[in-house]
Amino acid sequence: MYEHDVLIIGGGLAGLRAAVEVTRAGVDVAVISKVHPVRSHSNAAQGGINAPLTDRGDDWESHAYDTIKGSDFLADQNAVEIMSSEAGEAVLELERMGVIFSRGEDGKLGTRAFGGQKIARTVFVGAITGSAMLHVLFEQSLKLGLNVYEEWFVTKLIIEDDVCRGVVAIDIKTGEMHTIKAKAVIMAAGGAGRVFEPSTNALICTGDGLSLAYQAGVPLMDMEMIQYHPTTLARTGILMSEAARGEGAYLLNADGERFMEKTAPDYMELASRDVVSRAEQTEIDEGRGIDGNVLLDLRHLGREYIEAKLGYLQEVSVEFLGIDMAEQPVPVQPGMHYIMGGIKTDVDGATAMPGLYAAGECANVSVHGANRLGANSLLDTIIFGRRSATHAIEYIKGIGSHSKDESVLASEKARLQGLLDRPKGERVATIRDDMARGMTKGIGVFRDQASMEGALENLKNVKSRLGGFSIENKGKVFNTDLMFGLELEFMVDCAEAVVAGALTRKESRGAHFRTDMTERDDENWLKHTLMYKDDEAENGVRVETSDVKITQWEPVKRVY
Amino acid sequence: MPDTIKVKLKIKRFDPAEAGGKTWWQEYEVDVHPDSTVLDSLIEVREQEDGTLAMRCACRASICGSCGMKVNGGAKLVCKTRVIDVAPNGEQLIIEPMGNQHVVKDLVVSLDAFFAQINRVEPFLQPSFVPEAEYTATNDSMENLLTSMNCIMCGICVSDCTVLEVDSNFIGPAALAKAWRFTEDPRDSKRDERLKALNDEDGGIWDCTRCMKCVDVCPKGVAPMDRIMELREAAIEAGNTNTHGYHHTESFYKSVKKNGRLDETRLAIDSAGMFNIPRMLDLVPIGLAAMRKGKLPPLMPHKAEDHKKVRELYERVEGESK
Repeated sequence: MYEHDVLIIGGGLAGLRAAVEVTRAGVDVAVISKVHPVRSHSNAAQGGINAPLTDRGDDWESHAYDTIKGSDFLADQNAVEIMSSEAGEAVLELERMGVIFSRGEDGKLGTRAFGGQKIARTVFVGAITGSAMLHVLFEQSLKLGLNVYEEWFVTKLIIEDDVCRGVVAIDIKTGEMHTIKAKAVIMAAGGAGRVFEPSTNALICTGDGLSLAYQAGVPLMDMEMIQYHPTTLARTGILMSEAARGEGAYLLNADGERFMEKTAPDYMELASRDVVSRAEQTEIDEGRGIDGNVLLDLRHLGREYIEAKLGYLQEVSVEFLGIDMAEQPVPVQPGMHYIMGGIKTDVDGATAMPGLYAAGECANVSVHGANRLGANSLLDTIIFGRRSATHAIEYIKGIGSHSKDESVLASEKARLQGLLDRPKGERVATIRDDMARGMTKGIGVFRDQASMEGALENLKNVKSRLGGFSIENKGKVFNTDLMFGLELEFMVDCAEAVVAGALTRKESRGAHFRTDMTERDDENWLKHTLMYKDDEAENGVRVETSDVKITQWEPVKRVY
Repeated sequence: MPDTIKVKLKIKRFDPAEAGGKTWWQEYEVDVHPDSTVLDSLIEVREQEDGTLAMRCACRASICGSCGMKVNGGAKLVCKTRVIDVAPNGEQLIIEPMGNQHVVKDLVVSLDAFFAQINRVEPFLQPSFVPEAEYTATNDSMENLLTSMNCIMCGICVSDCTVLEVDSNFIGPAALAKAWRFTEDPRDSKRDERLKALNDEDGGIWDCTRCMKCVDVCPKGVAPMDRIMELREAAIEAGNTNTHGYHHTESFYKSVKKNGRLDETRLAIDSAGMFNIPRMLDLVPIGLAAMRKGKLPPLMPHKAEDHKKVRELYERVEGESK
């Protein structure tokens, strides 16, 4: 049995940023993660991080408004104000920790343009910004001697009298299960991209954190808001950063036209992601695509520039498709990329459950609303990672002793043994693929009542098979087979909340674009959807709504 | 092009649960899309053929560093290794866990030794002051560091490092490339201390044998050996000249300049240091063994025929670099 004052689930950017904050406060903290921290999916963020720097003529209100407009007015404006006003200092602090951000002529942080914003305010490290930030935060964690439970897999939150008191987890390397008690738990376990197939997300993005909170009775908010990134590499689905377009790349259809002119004459390729993805899908659906793709053309940027600023993109393009971007356009298509929805939190990362905080992609503060701007996800992780830590430190001052409850460990051991003891049944991967393809089909770039009901029917079928999968590997050490079974259960919870949110929202807003209800309806739907796990409710989900917080920007029609 | 190709894999398995650990080879055949990577094939094995196979993988896009393993004897990131490139004619692929690291199960190795090496180089920025905003630096100085920041800590260079194979105390290519990232960072204030430590430490920069293996296998262009050579130069420039490594380099330089060829006897003596009695005594059995096999270099050096040309080359290169 282990005990910590603060336990952080997840070793990506949000988790490590929170851990640095708690350590600095002299409070006992540990990170638990199913992968080593430097393997976390924060790595995959490429293009940069938004930083409205006031000494360079930018102002945070401008970034806040771009974010809110990008969100199609679903973001809570008080939360966005906090994120934008703290952004500059938060990014400068990362630089001082050692991130090798690109510089301008004056030796200060340089910027590049990014989608949905007229001001170039995205600071970056080539096309590996997430990786460069994650590795520097990892450096800081080594400097601080951070305690990390590496390759430990959380199976359940310990809840006592509706208060979160720790977790039960498997040490993957030994297969032993343990209780880790904590006075506060910060969920920073990342997104749920694998609920969809294909997805740009790593295979580890299985919504563990979302599901653990959801099972504990905490609501998930706006889960229908799924971001399809406009540029994922043909066939492989690998992310091609928005930085390509930020640096000036064109999107072309089969006729060689820059088709964004039709839908976003002012912003062109740098309109919001939902807008660009829909424009691409329209080209493809109307027969102006090339084998289900459009083209991302960087040739006019020149080889030297491409290799200096977008080296990783060139590497991926050459190695996975054999295409030299300086010579040939790259085929790309919209691909599932990010989930705006997540565990509902306030601006301090607090969830509806005392003792449980959330930050990063698994959380929904909400700053992204119905569509996240590029380069705002990294910002979200460091701002709200730190804020959740600050608040958790205050919270634990009022918590006396650790929980005495040992029963969850026993029940979890029994549950997992039950999975291992099942007779030979269906393969986990088969059920997972059926779920994920059904989700992409029904909850895509475009959706309508029929497609969403199709996703619901598919999900019902998937749920009915959950009792029938079996775990082939009965061993203890590094039993990933067992983990995949548990992850499937997590993903199905997330899928359930996504479908319920999507069927509830009777309008089109941001990423939730219904071809049968194409208009935004502020009168009835300037609201968040809140999904609660509830066995009594239809399909196991109770859906409530809450008002969006508006501070200074009244919703207007969104034009790019 | 056919819809699928057949991939034949022979995988080295290890199960620690069996008494003393059980190692065996297991063969699989899977059908995958013709463009598939080795990782795609292994996932197919794991999901459709054998759920007991343990390996790590996450991003599938060569950025997380999880899936290093040996393919046909050399370590690779299998997510960016296409099947057609390593088995163009459907040859069987031999898959093993990475080398120089403790095997946990099947293709999973322990990361402990790798990160212990990283920890040896104080892998965090140590500036001398804190600015109000950011540190100012030239863009070139930051882009220069990209070389090392591209490192994803996959462990592939460590796996195939020929020094680590015989000397587990070597800091290793990845950690030294990480150290370079700080000695080259204009914001760091400990450059001299870092270089001195890397120079003096057992297993430091002078233990690399320049075999180039890490440069060959690194999937991210970090070229750790090049970083190590730059560290050596920087360490010498910073005045660290009292080491075997420096004496070795200097003797090499002088003997080739003088004779147009390497005086190996002199090199061994100079590297050890003439008055380093214990090290000199270490050389005696090596010398005797070499003599028995007829491999002892001549005690007095011969000059190469064209040694004047070599001298000219020296002068030209040194003239250019001035």
